[in-house]
Amino acid sequence: MTALREFPSPSRALLAGMLSAWSSVFFLVLAGTYVGLGALAHDFGFSQWWLATTTVVVWAAPAQILLISALPTGASLFEVALGVTLSAVRLFPMVVALLPLIRRSARSIRDLLLPTHFTSVSMWVESLRLLPGIAPEYRIPFCNGLSLGYMTTAVAFGFVGFHLAAGLPPLLAGALLFLTPMSFLTSTARNCRQLVDVLAFAFGIVLGPLLAWYRVELDLMWTGVIGGLAAYGIHRVREAMS
Amino acid sequence: MSGPVLWGYAVIVLVGFLPNEVWRFAALFIARNLDDDSQFVLLARVIATSLITGVVAKLIVFSGGELAHIPFWIRLGAAAAGFAAFAVFRRSVFAGVATGELLLIVGGYWSGLTP
Repeated sequence: MTALREFPSPSRALLAGMLSAWSSVFFLVLAGTYVGLGALAHDFGFSQWWLATTTVVVWAAPAQILLISALPTGASLFEVALGVTLSAVRLFPMVVALLPLIRRSARSIRDLLLPTHFTSVSMWVESLRLLPGIAPEYRIPFCNGLSLGYMTTAVAFGFVGFHLAAGLPPLLAGALLFLTPMSFLTSTARNCRQLVDVLAFAFGIVLGPLLAWYRVELDLMWTGVIGGLAAYGIHRVREAMS
Repeated sequence: MSGPVLWGYAVIVLVGFLPNEVWRFAALFIARNLDDDSQFVLLARVIATSLITGVVAKLIVFSGGELAHIPFWIRLGAAAAGFAAFAVFRRSVFAGVATGELLLIVGGYWSGLTP
């Protein structure tokens, strides 16, 4: 077994996390996503500081897109809140799977509040890949640094997009939108450690478009639940047989 | 700050922060004592994985914005080639994303989108 990565101090672990965020492919993904969100916020008449506030306190691109595009159309606040909460169900299993990696070094639940709030797809994928190789006592600062790296990127490129607004050529705008699926596809595949992960990966790819095609309500939630349960079921059956 | 501006920030908390954050904190209070080898954690991990790859496939198949103006088979081909490059270059995410993006841009230009 290789030695776990150590740091001279927690603040150096935090810094290493930030540097890791800025040098990963998700830097480009967040930059691309938030340039788009900045332009959207501008077009719908929100201020750049309002957008930056949603980035820090909501910290979930799908929910932010919903807020920006639904609020000005006169949708009721209840409807918007319902849409946001449905889009956020995905965060639940992500936090559940992240906690065991960091909770041993937490002195109290307070140490877990920030990583919980910071949980997002990019941070989750990178944390599951990198944290097992880091000494437990430095995992929380590293994880917070990683998240701060991503969050500062998102806030900064939100401002950039706000000022560029609609000035993006169509092909570049299309290429920016393609960054999210392309990077999540490969980085999720990189994190597949066991057969059960590979199965979940494959079931998600098939079920996602299929349920959307048949206009199943809450298609993404069902994709996760059905794909995940099927992968887990096969895993348990194989374990029982061996 | 004027009333409408303050209301704009109150709306963020009411319909943005609270309905979003409730899932993160529900998970924290339910799972804070679970171990890495717990079956519930494994199940949560694979459900999250299926959910993410479901989103990925949906974004490629039913694209929005300017990406929708690039033909479906170019989007699919670029994603498949990018994934192949990822596998060939020792699971390099960078190789996968760079290859996919390059092919998408070439294909998009060829299909008539202005750069």
